[in-house]
Amino acid sequence: MKIKINGQVETLEQKVKLTEFLECKGLELDRLVIEYNKRVVGREEWEDIILKDQDSLEVLRFVGGG
Amino acid sequence: MEDKLIIGGVELESRLFTGTGKFPSKEVIRETLEASNSQVVTMALRRVDFDNPEENVINYIPDNFTLLPNTSGARTAEEVVRIARIAKAAGCGNWIKIEAISDNKYLMPDNQETIKATEILAKEGFVVLPYVSPDLMVAKRLEEVGAAAVMPLGAPIGSNRGLKTKELIRILIDEINLPIIVDAGIGKPSHAAEAMEMGADAVLVNTAIATASDPVKMAQAFDYAVQAGRIAYLAGLGAVKDYASASSPLTGFLKGE
Repeated sequence: MKIKINGQVETLEQKVKLTEFLECKGLELDRLVIEYNKRVVGREEWEDIILKDQDSLEVLRFVGGG
Repeated sequence: MEDKLIIGGVELESRLFTGTGKFPSKEVIRETLEASNSQVVTMALRRVDFDNPEENVINYIPDNFTLLPNTSGARTAEEVVRIARIAKAAGCGNWIKIEAISDNKYLMPDNQETIKATEILAKEGFVVLPYVSPDLMVAKRLEEVGAAAVMPLGAPIGSNRGLKTKELIRILIDEINLPIIVDAGIGKPSHAAEAMEMGADAVLVNTAIATASDPVKMAQAFDYAVQAGRIAYLAGLGAVKDYASASSPLTGFLKGE
């Protein structure tokens, strides 16, 4: 199945939980901002999200800026 | 002396806002922010680079700071609104510094898109601080549509060139009933003091502090400069004259009649 992550298409072998997917990417989950299918989802919703074909995901974080 | 700036219901004793970009390392950010005595700090929102997942800058911001995420990267009102909503959903509070920029050379803000975005976000309950080119009519529109402050640029972002737009900023200070926070271009403490002396309510400084040889010490210098400029403004500056005006009496010399 294919999902779009930060503008890039990625192929996944099977459905996977959002939190597991993020951990596999080596990300610390604290303070990440997730937009799932164009909707910002709060931390409490992450556990219930299972990525499926054609999903779109934006994974964002705060960086230095003025 | 009680001299507080109130924005969005938050009382601020410090009139120095600090940015977090361009620092040589994240570790120095915390120490610099503490030395700055600042209470408001800006940051930006970006996609995670999976090949190089950096740590979140918020981890380096002391808890007592008011977070002011910016919308850098946005070119239109629509993009500004999207970033603002994401930042709020991320638990950053409801303050937002609007940047709507499509000019890559001078990074000049698009005032019209900024007005549109300010109106939408103010209605949604955001405390909106728009970054603009200093223009009286634009600032009046921002006031009408619910901005919490106006942030005119002194010179292009990161240029360290000082208050090149001074006369235009002065008009905003005179005519707009919102805090005026000079943002961009302030390259040294004397620039910050100059802005404060003329009656600006605050300044936002990033590049000049972050790229100093010693950012911590420079943050302290800016803190003092902003305080000095504010006190001078409150004290009331003396008049500027074309000719000499003796400070000492000109009569009663020892010599003469």
